[in-house]
Amino acid sequence: MLKINQLHKSYPIGDSSLHVLKGIDLSVEDGEMVAIMGSSGSGKSTLLNIIGMLDEADSGDYILDGLPIKNLTEKKAAVYRNKFLGFIFQSFNLINYKNALENVALPLYYQGMKRKERQELAMFHLEKVGLADWAKHLPKELSGGQNQRVAIARALAANPKLLLADEPTGALDTTTSYEIMAFIQQLNDEGKTILMVTHEEDIANMCKRIVRLRDGVIMEDKKVKQIRAGQHV
Amino acid sequence: MFDLDLWREIFQSINMNRTRSLLSGFTVSFAILLFAILFGIANGLQNTFEEAFGTDANNSIVIFPGKTTKAHNGLQAGRQIQFKSEDREFIKDKFGDKVEYITSKVNKNVTASYDGAKNNYQLRAVHPEYMFIENNKISQGRYINQNDLNNKSKNAVIGRIINDELFFKENAIGKYINLSGISYKVVGVFTDDEGDNEERVIYIPITTAQFVYGNNDFIDFMHLTYNPEMNSNQALTFGTTLTKSLKERFSVARSDQRAIRVQNMAQATTQVDIMTSGLTVIILVIGFGTLIAGIVGISNIMIFIVKERTKEIGIRKALGASPKSIISIILIESILITTIAGYLGLLIGVGVLELVGPSLEVYFIKDPSVSNNLVFGATMTLIIAGAIAGYLPAKKASRIKPIVALRND
Repeated sequence: MLKINQLHKSYPIGDSSLHVLKGIDLSVEDGEMVAIMGSSGSGKSTLLNIIGMLDEADSGDYILDGLPIKNLTEKKAAVYRNKFLGFIFQSFNLINYKNALENVALPLYYQGMKRKERQELAMFHLEKVGLADWAKHLPKELSGGQNQRVAIARALAANPKLLLADEPTGALDTTTSYEIMAFIQQLNDEGKTILMVTHEEDIANMCKRIVRLRDGVIMEDKKVKQIRAGQHV
Repeated sequence: MFDLDLWREIFQSINMNRTRSLLSGFTVSFAILLFAILFGIANGLQNTFEEAFGTDANNSIVIFPGKTTKAHNGLQAGRQIQFKSEDREFIKDKFGDKVEYITSKVNKNVTASYDGAKNNYQLRAVHPEYMFIENNKISQGRYINQNDLNNKSKNAVIGRIINDELFFKENAIGKYINLSGISYKVVGVFTDDEGDNEERVIYIPITTAQFVYGNNDFIDFMHLTYNPEMNSNQALTFGTTLTKSLKERFSVARSDQRAIRVQNMAQATTQVDIMTSGLTVIILVIGFGTLIAGIVGISNIMIFIVKERTKEIGIRKALGASPKSIISIILIESILITTIAGYLGLLIGVGVLELVGPSLEVYFIKDPSVSNNLVFGATMTLIIAGAIAGYLPAKKASRIKPIVALRND
């Protein structure tokens, strides 16, 4: 699915620069569910953003589904993001003046899908996350867990190859977190490749593989026995 | 190409962010409103101005006789100066082509009657040239001519109002009008742009008046226009020379201000010119000022809007929006708002002028109005300014990395 080779990234801070990623090698196969862990400043979010084409690496190779991701024009990056990737953010990042259905339909709009079709498809995904009855509600009228489910439905809408989640449960209480995790696990069971950043051990253990980062290098990369979130709910 | 979905996105964005939309709309509406009203008022002032100075030839000089106030050359003070026909010839001979038209004038008030209808009017006995000095237009028949002068004929030219009042708008040409007991044949009807009073006037040949009313060659005063090719300085000098030579001719002391008065329009014209150009400058300053204020306002709001939408832009980019679609959604929204708001401001401004305009005439503001082209141009300027002001930050926003935009809270 994706292959990363000697990835480096540094951010300028004043006159000096902060070396955040110091040569990352990582490959992820289809159907995997990987947690990227690390303390804050370890570079885990930066890694995810580069994988998500939200940010660019300074050097190194990144191949996504056989396509080298390098020196993309803005336009091409937009197309790739739309086609290959689904994002789930800690703060949901829904557009506040659009209702649930419209938020879910937005990536389909950027795919150029017709209005009727994309509304049907968006509705299908909302049903999947159990929010069909809330389709006409604005984000502010929904709870955190509901908003995250809308965001998941949106991430799924464009049928991406890879789902990227940045602390998807960071803003939620434990019960809701486990509900969301159960849902993400179900998506993985259905074959979706998932990559998530988290700093919570219990959430990480609900994945199938944990990659630990410290100071911009991979310390540990191991398969784990997946704990089903459903048992906790 | 008409993209329904794009417009849906834009209308939703406008509709769901009403404060923002109203705020930017208000700025533009208000700028155009101010522009229209201020420009209208300035135009109204200028209209009043133009009307006040009318359509009389503005290169005219009127010479009035009076009583001497100073003894001079052995003559006593208090002597009445009397102009005669030969004085007109004197000026004509002496100043040649510096004089464009010159007429002698005898003024009288007469009671005019025709077929039972009766009224008081002003009678002016003049030379044919007077028509050009007063800028009268003949609507029927003809003006006084040289033949009338030579024959001292009892022909009269009457104003439009007299034609209405005495002849009830019938054709008056060839009919006989009684002026204080003497019968005159109406040979022409004239109009004057300056208003009703100037159309309550009857013209007869100067020679006829001299013969009928005194059997002498006296004239009340003289009215001339100077060669319009002279600039105001030359005209003023001409006025001074004219006064000087007339004072010499009538043995009047140079310092005597009353005996012969020369009213030179060149003086007033110069002042009017200065005031008019002053007014034009004020109008331009007002116009540009309001426009610049509007441009600054709309630019600020565009920068604010883009800043406010940075996170939304980040989300859209993460979901696969191309930079082009980001720019177009922001730009079309701003152009749409500016256009509608600008048009609204235009309507309100013109409406206010129409509504309040007539009651402003007391304040020397007549027909305050703005040309549609001008306000349309101003609105277009604001729209273009808004578009440019919106384009730059929108382009910048479309280029920032989604991750930076998303971090923006």
